[in-house]
Amino acid sequence: MKVIYLDHISGNPLHPQVKEAIIDYIHKDGFGNPVSQHSIGDIAMETLEDARAKVAQLINSNPQEIVFTSCGTESNNHAIKGVAFAKAKKGKHIITSNIEHQSISRPLRMLSQMGFNVTSVSVDKYGIVNPSDIEKAIREDTILISIMHANNEIGTIEPIAEIGRIAKAKKVTFHTDAVVSCGNVPVDVDEMGVDLMSIAANQFYGPPGIGALYIRHKTEILPFIDGGVQENNRRAGTPNMLGIVGMGKASELARVEMPQRTEHLLKLKKTVMDRLGTIDETVVNGHPEKSLPGLVSFSVKFIEGESMMMMLDQEGISISTRSACASGSLRTSHVLIATGTDHATAQGTLVFSYGIDITVEDIDKAFEALRKSVAFLRNMSPLYKKG
Amino acid sequence: MQYSEAVMDHFTRPRNVGTIENPDGTGEVGNPICGDMMTITIKVKDDRIEDIKFNTFGCGAAIAVSSMVTEMAKGKTLEEAMKITKESVAENLGGLPKNKLHCSNLGADALHKAIMDYYTRKGGKGSETKEAEKVDHIGEREGKCYCPYCDIGLLEPAPYCTHCGKPTLQHH
Repeated sequence: MKVIYLDHISGNPLHPQVKEAIIDYIHKDGFGNPVSQHSIGDIAMETLEDARAKVAQLINSNPQEIVFTSCGTESNNHAIKGVAFAKAKKGKHIITSNIEHQSISRPLRMLSQMGFNVTSVSVDKYGIVNPSDIEKAIREDTILISIMHANNEIGTIEPIAEIGRIAKAKKVTFHTDAVVSCGNVPVDVDEMGVDLMSIAANQFYGPPGIGALYIRHKTEILPFIDGGVQENNRRAGTPNMLGIVGMGKASELARVEMPQRTEHLLKLKKTVMDRLGTIDETVVNGHPEKSLPGLVSFSVKFIEGESMMMMLDQEGISISTRSACASGSLRTSHVLIATGTDHATAQGTLVFSYGIDITVEDIDKAFEALRKSVAFLRNMSPLYKKG
Repeated sequence: MQYSEAVMDHFTRPRNVGTIENPDGTGEVGNPICGDMMTITIKVKDDRIEDIKFNTFGCGAAIAVSSMVTEMAKGKTLEEAMKITKESVAENLGGLPKNKLHCSNLGADALHKAIMDYYTRKGGKGSETKEAEKVDHIGEREGKCYCPYCDIGLLEPAPYCTHCGKPTLQHH
């Protein structure tokens, strides 16, 4: 049975050209350490800097402002803890939102236990942060604002540029978690006015296990992983060269192919929305326009998400009930609760996330299976009124 | 996939789905806020469960548990059916993942509630002793309901914590 993979938000398949680039590098004797001062080291260093330039080009930054990390989570930890510890003497107040990924909210919880103060602003029913709420929350001792660019569960895109202008005027360091947006929608660090930005390669057809943190020149931040001189003293440890080669290639492809990819994804999104309209008592989560093109979150009333996911899995359709990072958790999604979705409806949530490898026919097949499982489970549900 | 073959079998081909018209006993447990809700209806003849059906809102484990409980109880005397426990349900399903064990609790509870309902309706033997079982919200304080394990406030009294899934009820 051919599996239709509709869980791209948990990790994209490798782009064939990314695969090729990684294999080419292996054949080029790319085992050297880029900081070594000999010819084998030079091969690695050249490749490393080439990849760095490609990532920089994708987000319109200077290559020197890119630090490679092991994943989006490390980038987020680095940004939050690195700034908090570097600026602790100036102040201990941090502003965030209540729909952030766990790799932001958990480090912040740890910091608040260590004496930092965290203000978490609420979102509207679409999951959008109001920039004036951020402005009102800024105090004398505010050292950092961290608001995600796009939400990983509902796809809503936040008004980062507006928040960036506020942060700049108030001279507060501004970080955005762009892990699920970067490489999928246009991202420009200057237009967005961010000082720090987290990205991950497996969100745009690069390999897992490699990410980056954009650090604007002169931003006060400490290293998260201490040790050697790699990454200009900002991230110690031998760089993951295979991952970096893949991320560089994936960045280049994302930049060049973005218009065609977006067109394709929007066509798929329209198909998903049309088909969803034919199933009664469903609710679409997130903002109708300001959202990622490759993701639709929706709730099917009277039934529960995991049982739908399991039924679809039996039919060869891979989907998710929420983000992979929280899939083992029985907690109702904090994002859906933040947007005011009631608990019972939130329980019936599915996330369809698709990519350039998915066709309209795939979506149709997925909906055929979904319709079947919804009917099956509703027939069993004490909440669904039959007839 | 984290589930055993038996769970997958009962989940994909659930037995005894539905509601019995004019049942002799009904047991309803859980609520959609917890993520699981189960209704069991029974038909009793000569102190034996002649027919049993369920309706469930919940995860794969909850559905498999419902199906298994009804299969285990069907044809048994009421006394035998009262002895079905969450452990025996989970065991018959070849085990459940740790974070889903509370689902098997729910199945046995719904069955026992349906049997108690039968006794109450009959008003005869058994009803007094069964009624005597006291159920408390161990997480209740100042009129509000808290999960005793993760200490998170619950929106309304629920038998299972909406956050950690652990039972908030204590059977005496």
